[in-house]
Amino acid sequence: MPSLKDLRLRIRSVKSTQKITSAMKMVAAAKLRRAQEQAEAARPYADRLGRMIGSLAGSFGPGEAPALLVGNDSPVHLVLFATADRGLCGAFNTSIVRETRAMIRELEAAGRQVKLLPIGRKGRDLLRKEFGDRYVDTLDFMGKKKVGFADVETAAVKVRQMFDAGEIGAATIIFARFKSAISQIVSRRQLIPATIPEAKPSNAANSAQAGPQALYEYEPDEEQILQALLPRNLSVQIYTAVLENFASEHGARMTAMDNATRNAGDMINKLTLNYNRQRQATITKELIEIISGAEAV
Amino acid sequence: MAQVTFELVSPERLLLSKPVDMVVLPGSEGLFGVLAGHAPLIATLRPGVLDVHENGSVTERIFVGGGFAEVTPDRCVVLAETATPMKDIDREAVAAKVATLSAADPAGALRPIGEDPVPSELDIARAMLAAVDGLPF
Repeated sequence: MPSLKDLRLRIRSVKSTQKITSAMKMVAAAKLRRAQEQAEAARPYADRLGRMIGSLAGSFGPGEAPALLVGNDSPVHLVLFATADRGLCGAFNTSIVRETRAMIRELEAAGRQVKLLPIGRKGRDLLRKEFGDRYVDTLDFMGKKKVGFADVETAAVKVRQMFDAGEIGAATIIFARFKSAISQIVSRRQLIPATIPEAKPSNAANSAQAGPQALYEYEPDEEQILQALLPRNLSVQIYTAVLENFASEHGARMTAMDNATRNAGDMINKLTLNYNRQRQATITKELIEIISGAEAV
Repeated sequence: MAQVTFELVSPERLLLSKPVDMVVLPGSEGLFGVLAGHAPLIATLRPGVLDVHENGSVTERIFVGGGFAEVTPDRCVVLAETATPMKDIDREAVAAKVATLSAADPAGALRPIGEDPVPSELDIARAMLAAVDGLPF
């Protein structure tokens, strides 16, 4: 049975923990909003790039499309996985790592080799022991307030170089898709071969012509444009995935810290009840002692 | 006069979106102007200066480090990785950058700008310097 003093100290420590977690929740909420805005702001570029590729990719027959669109025959598959740089965000990092591990197993069962490129410190550290020898490069954003396009570009350049050198034949990024502040879905996005977005017929940009798809002129020709577009698209796909992952991270942290704050509150209530009960018990005991002492006289 | 909606988009955000009279873009095969009613076109851009014309005069001059343009009769969308208004460019800083990058890559310093579909950092810096000085490149 803990003494009254122990209980008092315990309550005080839980209270200060609660203060910290609730402050962290506020911080995460503020960061979440910023990350969401950033992800939102990056959308127009990705949308328009996707649309251009969509309208271009249709014009290639099999066998003549650029390599980034079809992949090469290298048996190595590069898996990029984006995690947070910091912990205390619930199951966020572990669920991404679990998905990564599952994907590695799947690929290896299919007879492919796997290379890894961790983005974010936590994921890198969590899988280092198991798969550290397969890391080709690592990337994290420690100490950065926001992720710029240039920060992610280094990873994209690395992927591109490895692909051009024939070291990898395909690439996928694993990240947490942001659904809402309380729900993040770990998903995979195929980078190489590039996935072609479906051309949406009723687009505002295409309103002026009769057909569902505008008949574009190309300058220079389709092939050259696509050759310039696809590497750019790769960077943008990675960038948007990282941004979304960032928003998810803060969402996950917010939820985790909200839970922690609530749990701390419950604990304080329980401890306080215990404390009061024990204090009352001591008082009652003392009273009984006095009364029985008086009776004995 | 009919106007064309001009949008300048960087990977990080939408930089500019407004109706203008005409834009002149540095296409990789030469400068071209876009007016309202332009035929649908997809073009690559080389590093260079983009001019926005409104009411008969150039209202904005923006340096882009290469990119893409998608033109439809009523819209002109430019996807540029880097975009800097000409008035914000610091000539000294650009010149210094050209010098350091040229030292690292002497062959690249002599290559014509725009030869490579994906312009290198050096190409962009050289184009920027030339643009500030008003030289052709």
